[in-house]
Amino acid sequence: MSEQQFCTFYLGEHYFGVPVSEVQEIIRYQDMTRVPLAPDVVSGLINLRGQIVTAIDLRKRLEFEAKKDDKKLMNVVVRTIEGAVSLQVDEIGDVLEVPDDCFERCPETLTGSAREMIWGAYKLENKLLLILDTGKAINL
Amino acid sequence: MDDVLKEFLVESNDNLDNLDQEFLELEKNPTDKDRIAAIFRSVHTIKGTCGFLGFAKLESVTHVGENLLSKLRDGVLLLIPEITSALLALVDATREIIKNIESTGSEGDKDYSVLIDTLARLQKGETNVGASTQSTSDAAEAEKAPASAEVAHEVVTAAQPPVELEQAEQIPVVSEPAPQAVPEIKVEPEVQKTVEVAPPTPMKPPVSVAAPVAEAPKETKAASITEASIRVDVKLLDDLMNLVGELVLTRNQILQYSNKQEDSTFITTTQRLNIITSELQESMMKTRMQPIGNVWSKFPRVVRDLAGLCKKKISVVMEGQETELDKTLLEAIKDPLTHLIRNSVDHGIETPQERIEKGKPEEGLLKLRAYHEGGQVNIEIIDNGGGINPDKVKEKAIQKGLVTPEEATKLSERQITNMIFMPGFSTAEKVSNISGRGVGMDVVKTNIEKIGGMVDIQSKFGEGTTIKIKIPLTLAIIPALLATSGGDLYAIPQVSLLELVRLEAENAAKKIEMIHGSPVYRLRGKLLPLVDLNKELNVGEEIIGSNRAVNIVVLQADDRQFGLLVDDINDTQEIVVKPLSSQIQSVPVFAGSTIMGDGRVALILDVMGVAQKAHVVSELKDKARHDLTIIHEEQSGERQSLLLFSCQDSGRMAIPLSQVSRLEKFSMSQIEKVGTQEVVQYRGDIMSLIRVSSTLSERRKNMRNPEFVKEANSNNFIQVVVYKSDKAHVGLVIDRILDIVEASNQIQRTASRNGIMGSLVIQGCVTEILDIEGLIQIGNIQDNGQKNEEGMAATGLVSEASLMQ
Repeated sequence: MSEQQFCTFYLGEHYFGVPVSEVQEIIRYQDMTRVPLAPDVVSGLINLRGQIVTAIDLRKRLEFEAKKDDKKLMNVVVRTIEGAVSLQVDEIGDVLEVPDDCFERCPETLTGSAREMIWGAYKLENKLLLILDTGKAINL
Repeated sequence: MDDVLKEFLVESNDNLDNLDQEFLELEKNPTDKDRIAAIFRSVHTIKGTCGFLGFAKLESVTHVGENLLSKLRDGVLLLIPEITSALLALVDATREIIKNIESTGSEGDKDYSVLIDTLARLQKGETNVGASTQSTSDAAEAEKAPASAEVAHEVVTAAQPPVELEQAEQIPVVSEPAPQAVPEIKVEPEVQKTVEVAPPTPMKPPVSVAAPVAEAPKETKAASITEASIRVDVKLLDDLMNLVGELVLTRNQILQYSNKQEDSTFITTTQRLNIITSELQESMMKTRMQPIGNVWSKFPRVVRDLAGLCKKKISVVMEGQETELDKTLLEAIKDPLTHLIRNSVDHGIETPQERIEKGKPEEGLLKLRAYHEGGQVNIEIIDNGGGINPDKVKEKAIQKGLVTPEEATKLSERQITNMIFMPGFSTAEKVSNISGRGVGMDVVKTNIEKIGGMVDIQSKFGEGTTIKIKIPLTLAIIPALLATSGGDLYAIPQVSLLELVRLEAENAAKKIEMIHGSPVYRLRGKLLPLVDLNKELNVGEEIIGSNRAVNIVVLQADDRQFGLLVDDINDTQEIVVKPLSSQIQSVPVFAGSTIMGDGRVALILDVMGVAQKAHVVSELKDKARHDLTIIHEEQSGERQSLLLFSCQDSGRMAIPLSQVSRLEKFSMSQIEKVGTQEVVQYRGDIMSLIRVSSTLSERRKNMRNPEFVKEANSNNFIQVVVYKSDKAHVGLVIDRILDIVEASNQIQRTASRNGIMGSLVIQGCVTEILDIEGLIQIGNIQDNGQKNEEGMAATGLVSEASLMQ
């Protein structure tokens, strides 16, 4: 049985994962430059060692409620065809190896923009690992 | 196979570029054996490879060329212009075919039989010019060649019954092994040939392989020269460049950290890292730089061909071929330069008869010069031709409606000369297929300006023309003005920047007026629409009505001007432009982003985008109309721009802005003396200084000693208005620049003293208008910077008077 590795993170009580192969690196909260007039989900530009990376607020992107505490967001920098993009998340989890057979597509009842961006879920023992479609998430 | 083909194309293109150059050099020194051998090798390499790849047409063309070259190499034929032209035509044909192969994969269906015939005929010594002189040796040669060719043909066919199609095609032209055969013709040619061709044939059935294999030793010889350099993908260089950029930023962080450390080993290591990083960065920049000679190398050929067409004699001199600039810029200037050179040949340099009549050497000179200066590359195209006739240009400009006759009379000679860059302008009396269609010079100008460059033309009628081009070293780094808006830093490209205006808090509310909610500012009498950057970007507090000092950045978008209000103006800086990611590319007001020295990211404003967002474009239609009326007023001679300044004890004075060439600041220590005359070194010249207040002193009781003035000036700087007279710069020393205003030029009160034209009421105060020429006469400065005798006496009086004080 084949297994896949996921880099996991939290958004509120939701547990998310993206394939490790898509993740370039994970960095702490960074100061960034806001981009006026840009879509609301763009939180700013980060200088990542000389490379300018656009940061996307994943909560806003998935139309989740705004964060209540003022803990600084973490950056999951993913590789895309057009260069690196950072997804801002609440907290970083472990790298998980999960068997393919516990995967299931999203139920039809899921609505809103989350439906397009959540690829499906791995049924773990005590919770669900939601798999993010990064390509769709960064395509504003 | 694809890779082989690609390599062939790249290699052939390089070879062809060299060939043009080599041929022209060869023409100057037709007996240069090494050069002929080099050319022969290049052509041979192309021929050999294309035979191998199965490009029959290319092979047949290069083949005859090769034969002709081999005769030149052996001294059987001498290089005469006809042969050079034919060989250059061969190079062109080859280039054409290779281009076809590159774009379509096939050789194209153009027929080259005429060229082949010409080359074959020349090879037999049948030239129109040189036929008589060479007939004897050529006749013998002509007999020998077909004979040996025939034998060779027999040998080949005998050794190898199944002849390939390509081989069959070549034979009618001239037999394949002929070039090798010629050198060895004296002793047993047949035997040698069989030896050369035979070995590969038994092992490798396809005959077409034979040529490259047989030639292999020659290629290795050439390779030793090219081993010094390797081909690298530009993408790889870009990646490396980015990595170096990252390294530089990391280095900066470490340097900052090491300042707080006391461990000496760590500090010295950091220092070493610092030095190595800087050197690495510098070397990395160099990899993208290419010598301008790469582009220039094509020009002697262009000039030769054109000169032939126009029946002119022109020699090309190049200086500073090694001057380097960024690869992308090099590509961008190629076409404009070609155009300018064609122009110089076609319009600039006269025919030999004309030149002799004018007492010039029969051969015209076209000089290309390149050099680095102040972080820019300067390119000059200098010809000693007829120059530009300013009267003709003026006439033409009026005739084409580019300027009105009244305007034309006010223009300086240089302004007139530069009018040839206006769209739709061409002075050539007849339109040739080279130039004269009136498109071009304006395109040259726009293309050069597009890459942030400048072009200027200077011409002396009858003596020649110099075209100067200034371009930045690289495109990726641009100068920008940094401004703050809503607490963030934004970069504004300096290309669009016109000027900066600051209104103090108490003035701001008064000076900024509203037209139905849209703020405007009267800039020298014209209404300048204002755009509040904070409001447009939706950041921070709106600037208008905030009771703060207002900073206006006057920008040019297209042919319109507008004032951008920002919170603060910070600095100008060279910035590295980085593209925006796709998520924010849709925001029209930004052109890119950049990283500041402290690691922060700053956005680069797209001036045009801002103008469109703020609807400056539609508002400006009115402004254009407004401009028209202003021009109208100017034409009727009612208004002019004046530079207002003050001088000690002399009150407010003004100079027409049109007479001011620059405003400069000099430190006291820069002032030198020539006799009693104060001078400064200015742009490689000596500029005389006139202290306006002490020169205009007759009417005052208290004469001012210049020395005293010097002391009185506490900040150790003098403000100088630079005035350009016919021959030299003259600097007027003043106290303070007050403003630039638009005012009626109707003198309200005539002059009461020399050096003054009269007085006017400007901004509610009486202001004297300076008569600069008159002032220069009082100051007794002649254009050559010397004083005349009368002047000496006068100054003597003044200094005596000042001593008496």
